[in-house]
Amino acid sequence: MITVNAIGDACPLPVVKTKKALENLEAPDMVEVFVDNETAVKNVTKFVSQTGKKAVSKKIEEGRYQILIDCTGNSEEKDGSKEIQPEKSGGCAENTGNAGGTVVVISSDRMGEGKDELGKVLMKGFLFALTQLDTLPEKILFYNGGAQLTCEGSDVLKDLEFMQEQKVEILTCGTCLDYYGLKEKLKVGSVTNMYTIVETMAEAGKIIKP
Amino acid sequence: MGELPKFQDENLLVGMETSDDAAVYKITEELAMIQTVDFFTPVVDDPYTFGLIAAANALSDVYAMGGVPKTALNIVGFPNCLSPDILGEILRGGAEKVKEAGAVLSGGHSVQDDEPKYGLCVSGFVNPNKMWKNYGCQPGDVLILTKQIGSGIINTAVKAEMASESAAKEAVQVMASLNRKAKEVLEKYPVHACTDITGFGLLGHMAEMVSASSVSVRVNVEAIPYMEEALAYARMGLVPAGAYRNREHSQAYVNIGDVEEAYTDVLYDPQTSGGLLASVPKKYAERILCELKQVNTGIKSAVIGTVESKRETYIYLEKENEADGQK
Repeated sequence: MITVNAIGDACPLPVVKTKKALENLEAPDMVEVFVDNETAVKNVTKFVSQTGKKAVSKKIEEGRYQILIDCTGNSEEKDGSKEIQPEKSGGCAENTGNAGGTVVVISSDRMGEGKDELGKVLMKGFLFALTQLDTLPEKILFYNGGAQLTCEGSDVLKDLEFMQEQKVEILTCGTCLDYYGLKEKLKVGSVTNMYTIVETMAEAGKIIKP
Repeated sequence: MGELPKFQDENLLVGMETSDDAAVYKITEELAMIQTVDFFTPVVDDPYTFGLIAAANALSDVYAMGGVPKTALNIVGFPNCLSPDILGEILRGGAEKVKEAGAVLSGGHSVQDDEPKYGLCVSGFVNPNKMWKNYGCQPGDVLILTKQIGSGIINTAVKAEMASESAAKEAVQVMASLNRKAKEVLEKYPVHACTDITGFGLLGHMAEMVSASSVSVRVNVEAIPYMEEALAYARMGLVPAGAYRNREHSQAYVNIGDVEEAYTDVLYDPQTSGGLLASVPKKYAERILCELKQVNTGIKSAVIGTVESKRETYIYLEKENEADGQK
């Protein structure tokens, strides 16, 4: 059992401490967090359920609450949150090293520097070739110019849809969709944010960037 | 404040009773003075930016009454252990905002304090016949919100060092922007009621407005402009204590339907220097939004609800467009 003491900490410190504790967990375990106010109970509980784990809280005495977080990997509860993708499994063990899967990062609708026309053809070829890999990537991130590829009018939707069916997670940057006015036009995968993008990259076993 | 002595003066058009944004005192039939004061502790690290935000926030109450700010006085609390250069930067930010508002900075007062505090006491003018009160919504009106919401949650995420750079930047831009342009667009149309969104959050201020107007309002939570990442941070538990207090205070006025908690967290989130919430006849909504878009770059405004005859509860939250979610 790992204990986090957030007694006397003002918002948002209890969430920050809990986040650190979950990230530093080296093996499946239970984590208990102590806080002294209800706001902290609610915020820590929200944070935990967003990561796909389960938490129960109880008031021990006036000004002392315990939140018990199951990081044993036995509770595969998934939260309904759509914008942020919970970690694939409920366990914390995943975070320990670079045991993560392959992540492909697409930051443009073109591949390489040179003529735009060629770049687009190459990108199309790259995504098709990707579908032919024996082991598909775990996730594909699309941002900036890359965001156009997951939206209406893209000529690689078929390949992306195929990979999605094979359980490849397709994530497109929400800020980018907004910027290019494509929010309503997303055709494949879901919307993500910078926080998830950074975490996905940080936890990846291997990053492929064409 | 219920135990304070009551004041009677027939020229005091708006006092403490209706929890409106500022006090209004009639001078002649066509001229009334608006007075308001607001100051707070830093919401951002950069002193100059803090000055901009605190001043925009204090000036906002005058705009919320439909008035024009004329004079402003600095209110300063400052610790003597900090460099006076920091105070200089705060005051520079404040002064620039006052200038942008077209008012004059005419003095102020400072005291030594453990924590920096800054704000303004602002006086402005309004024609008492054209003044906007925070009640008077009529069935057939729509509610227009002139800034995106979520600054309390974004500021909490910044403190937690979990905010993205772009989200933090957007929040600063929104908080530092004056409500002047929005007010200048709105005043061309018949505004039935207006308030600005600050510490009680969107739903807190809306509850005051619709309950005092004895009407109900249907709010489409999908139509509300949110700051980037605000909903995501709410889901991560980066919700300030004030949002929970606001929820407790106002929830009796609100039917949340089956709207997800993250939305209501943002709707109750206390705002710093939030936008105007105006009740206007529906037929003008499109033109108003079009004009707001032209004058306010980077700031989002939208029709967020429709006013109806009073029903059981005052505010009904709905989530339209469920079908075309982000799938």
